[in-house]
Amino acid sequence: MKRFLLSVLFVMLSVLLVGCSETKENEDTDAMDQETPEADATPVEEVELLISAAASLTDALEDLKTDFEEANEGVTVTYNFGSSGKLATNIENGAPSDVFLSASSKDMNDMEEKGLIVNESREDFTTNALVLIAHNDSDSTFTSFEDIDPAVIDHFAVGEPESVPVGRYTKETFENLNLWEPLQDKLVLGSDVRQVLTHVEMGNADYGVVYSSDAFISDDVKVLAEADADWHEPIVYPGAVVAESKHQEAAQKYVDYLTSDEGKEALQKFGFK
Amino acid sequence: MLEMDYSPLLLSLKVAAISTFFVFLAGVLIAYLLAKRDFFGKSILEALFLLPLVLPPTVVGFGLLILFGKKGWIGSWLIEWFDFQIVFTWIGAVIASIVVSFPLMYQSAAAAFESLDERLSNAARTMGATEWRVFWSVVFPLAWPGLLAGLVLSFARGLGEFGATLMLAGYIPGKTDTIPMAIYFAVESGQMEKATFWVVIIITFGFSLILWVNWWSKRSIRRFTRS
Repeated sequence: MKRFLLSVLFVMLSVLLVGCSETKENEDTDAMDQETPEADATPVEEVELLISAAASLTDALEDLKTDFEEANEGVTVTYNFGSSGKLATNIENGAPSDVFLSASSKDMNDMEEKGLIVNESREDFTTNALVLIAHNDSDSTFTSFEDIDPAVIDHFAVGEPESVPVGRYTKETFENLNLWEPLQDKLVLGSDVRQVLTHVEMGNADYGVVYSSDAFISDDVKVLAEADADWHEPIVYPGAVVAESKHQEAAQKYVDYLTSDEGKEALQKFGFK
Repeated sequence: MLEMDYSPLLLSLKVAAISTFFVFLAGVLIAYLLAKRDFFGKSILEALFLLPLVLPPTVVGFGLLILFGKKGWIGSWLIEWFDFQIVFTWIGAVIASIVVSFPLMYQSAAAAFESLDERLSNAARTMGATEWRVFWSVVFPLAWPGLLAGLVLSFARGLGEFGATLMLAGYIPGKTDTIPMAIYFAVESGQMEKATFWVVIIITFGFSLILWVNWWSKRSIRRFTRS
């Protein structure tokens, strides 16, 4: 009896096994059939471009991503947004990256000196302006940077001047207007331009200074004034191919795309100049 | 020697000490009330207590801003009634510290109370001790090693808190720049010497604390088992 049961079990198992392998074979041939025609087509090299870009570029670059990918088959774009200083440090420390898009010439100059970028690929692809912003609900009467009166301000959000480009431009502007010292104990320093914006958006800081492109995308803040371009170093956005990049060609295409008509248009849509 | 501003050290110690004080009180009290008690929803409540431990700091920070921001639920109320602002002050740093270190205190305290032998408390009760006396003379001394571990962990966690603090307290040099904040901005601006200085300080501090707690708890376990 026991032996009989065992043999029945054995038979059942074999049937199962055969069944399994048969379906598997079928699947394999199916897959083969489907793949054949594709193999004839010209192979497209799959490239994943890693782009380290200044936080202020976030929305504009996300927007032009699809257009760029459609124009360049096989290339997918992945962004890493952060403050330019931090991205430069990361790349210097070996973080993988194909293109570096900075919000300041200073960080790009440092990179160039250290031989971390392909010098010929460097190009200023857009510019930006500094604006004074307040929350939509604010009853502020300031209509220019000169109107800023430290006495009536609790907290003024700016970028950290040593590490965040928008902070450095803001410092230059306020030093020109003799406002930097008087504002000292009102300043809240943001770790990047988006944090400055958030401080104002959430109503925690009365005022803030951000790029016009950041103010442009926010529904919660209003622009009170635009800073004179002479008050600070020109805000240019230099881009370059990273020297260590394994996809030099595709990376160059991306930098070129930013200065093309399509690229310019996309950037202008988001408040860049 | 570098020209150094030592205010981040003092501020960090102040923030961590004050936050640990409140965390210890709340953690011990809540853990004691919930220990050995079972009711509907207890696991949900406990999960809620431990949540800040696993959430990204930005989520905690954002939540705190929604609560304590100038236009936040509690924040707007505090400003209206007491003209008291939490966001962009060192008190904001204390609150961020409390929220992230509470789970550590609660977890340690709950474990300490759960492992106590209920018969010891009951023996005290049969001898007429009040609940207050039972707690202070029996429960607290027996649970102390576990509570101390929680205390030290909370303090260390409070000392290292960064993400939520940056969002709620902001970065205001001289007012809300704790050591982690000083490190972050020193690295960002390429001041590696300054960053290294603070990194060495905070590692030394954290390491000694953990070492001391381990040594201390082993010693008290040995003493406990011997007697």
